[in-house]
Amino acid sequence: MELLIAIIIGVLTACGVYLSLRGRTFPVVLGLTFLSYAVNLFLLVMGRLTIGSPPIISDNAANYADPLPQALVLTAIVISFGMTAFVIILSLKSFLEMGNDQVDGKHRP
Amino acid sequence: MTSHLVIFPVVLPLLAGILLLLLPRQHLPLRRTTSLTSVFLQLATAGFLLNTVNNGEILAYALGNWSPPFGIVLVADRLAVWMLAVTALVAASALLYALRGTDNSGAHFHALFQLQLFGLNGAFLTGDLFNLFVFFEILLLASYSLLLHGGGRLKTKAGLHFVVINLVGSTLFLFAVGTLYGLLGTLNMADLAVKVTQAPAEDIALIHIAGLLLFAVFALKAALLPLYLWLPAAYAYTTATVAALFAVMTKVGAYSILRVYTLIFGAQAGSVSNLIESWLLPLALLTLIVGVLGTLASTRLRQQIAYLVIASIGTLLAAFGMNTEAGIAAGLFYLPHSTFAAAALFLLADCIANRRDVMEDQFEPGPVIQQQRLLGALFFIFAALITGLPPLSGFIGKFLILNAAMSHSALPWIMGTILITGLFTLIALARGGSMMFYRAQAPHICRIDTSSEMPRSGMSVTAELTPVLCLLVLCIALVIWAGTITEFTAGTASQLLQPELYIQSVLNLEVKPQ
Repeated sequence: MELLIAIIIGVLTACGVYLSLRGRTFPVVLGLTFLSYAVNLFLLVMGRLTIGSPPIISDNAANYADPLPQALVLTAIVISFGMTAFVIILSLKSFLEMGNDQVDGKHRP
Repeated sequence: MTSHLVIFPVVLPLLAGILLLLLPRQHLPLRRTTSLTSVFLQLATAGFLLNTVNNGEILAYALGNWSPPFGIVLVADRLAVWMLAVTALVAASALLYALRGTDNSGAHFHALFQLQLFGLNGAFLTGDLFNLFVFFEILLLASYSLLLHGGGRLKTKAGLHFVVINLVGSTLFLFAVGTLYGLLGTLNMADLAVKVTQAPAEDIALIHIAGLLLFAVFALKAALLPLYLWLPAAYAYTTATVAALFAVMTKVGAYSILRVYTLIFGAQAGSVSNLIESWLLPLALLTLIVGVLGTLASTRLRQQIAYLVIASIGTLLAAFGMNTEAGIAAGLFYLPHSTFAAAALFLLADCIANRRDVMEDQFEPGPVIQQQRLLGALFFIFAALITGLPPLSGFIGKFLILNAAMSHSALPWIMGTILITGLFTLIALARGGSMMFYRAQAPHICRIDTSSEMPRSGMSVTAELTPVLCLLVLCIALVIWAGTITEFTAGTASQLLQPELYIQSVLNLEVKPQ
């Protein structure tokens, strides 16, 4: 499972980097979203992958999942959600004010 | 009471920001009073804390009584409080300038301003790496909106670049924080500093990578060489108040570099000690050169000041990059000077641009402006200040830096770069100033465009220039009390280079029983 998760994070990051280097705002927004997905998964995995073990102390638990990365990833998800909403509105505003969706605001023939 | 004082600079702007959202939009005087009260209370708190930590005490505050390293701690040491004081002073001046009318050209200016201060103060005080990320996001989100405040095509374009690059930066920050947590199992900075020395040998390479990723993030915030391209447009097109406040923003990056790479990756960090020593100084000197080349190539005054901000970051990080007590102390003296001077120049450039009608702040001969002599004199003083001509504070700052470089192995590089770029800064500013003030055409009084987007209230020129003069007085105060201040910065530097003091006061923090 570690290998699978690692590949997923890698592919998401690669897609994110590629898309955020594009010249139009929509792919850039998508790219940033992919990057935040990748990093959220990454943070979650940093507590090591465990199956069926509780994050809270209980009497009959043999093993525990690390609860901290889950809290971190929750914070990161909320923040990236807010940021994505903001950057979508900003790119719409940029589209309406510039008349095109190029990131540098210039028309390409 | 004093034990809770540490959290005051964080909670106060947050509460003020929420209150400002609730206040009725049309009641401008009330919102202005709330905002000003909050900023001046922060100033008073910073002053009080400065007095408290002056004896070398490190105040740690465990949030929710969770004992470190499990809970989040706020730590007020000399460096954090020094940054708080600089921020509060710049914020007060910027806010005074905004009261002329820019605060009313868009919704929620005051709320955003307070939230920006919330993020800045939190970033300086926090003792937890993930919490530092959260405060970075808070200050960035507020800064995105402040940057676009008032609207305009060029602002939107610069704002989009600023937002996108900072979002990528945030992602990198999370990757670095995640890696460090995965390897060391903690995010408390004091605890990280302990754990990094005990890290097993096979993890060292990954810790190295995480540390350098963090450096890339902080370098992006500080606008260090390859990552500075977002800054000139963002600072040049935004409103003067916001640009003045943003003069502190790059210093957050410099602060984080200083904090993380003296505490976690400092001299005591075993196999990852002095992680960025070989990177920081050369990059800082190159930043300085590029910044000064930018000031020479600028076509507008505000663009030129934005490049001066980059140059000052170069000088500052060169001082920190020497990694000696004298170097860090000199940098900490230079930091308030460069922040005040850049903020004042942004405000002054706005005063000049408002009077030049359609010419704005372009370097082209325009009409003779109102109060030409007064503004010209102020411009001259600030140009001398930021270039580092004696007897003003810039001279003392640069002198201290060069003095600290005397015993450094890279002396010729540091000395040569700082002195030669100083000369070119002088040339660039002299060219701009003479273009705007000496080569002004026919002595007709320029018509003030009342229909421009900046609503000009009937305030006198004194009210307009008060914030600029306040910042000038601060710079002069830096000269008059230079002895006391250098003593304080030397103490700060020695405290930073003894990270065990910080670690002890955080990890041995006694949590009071409920």
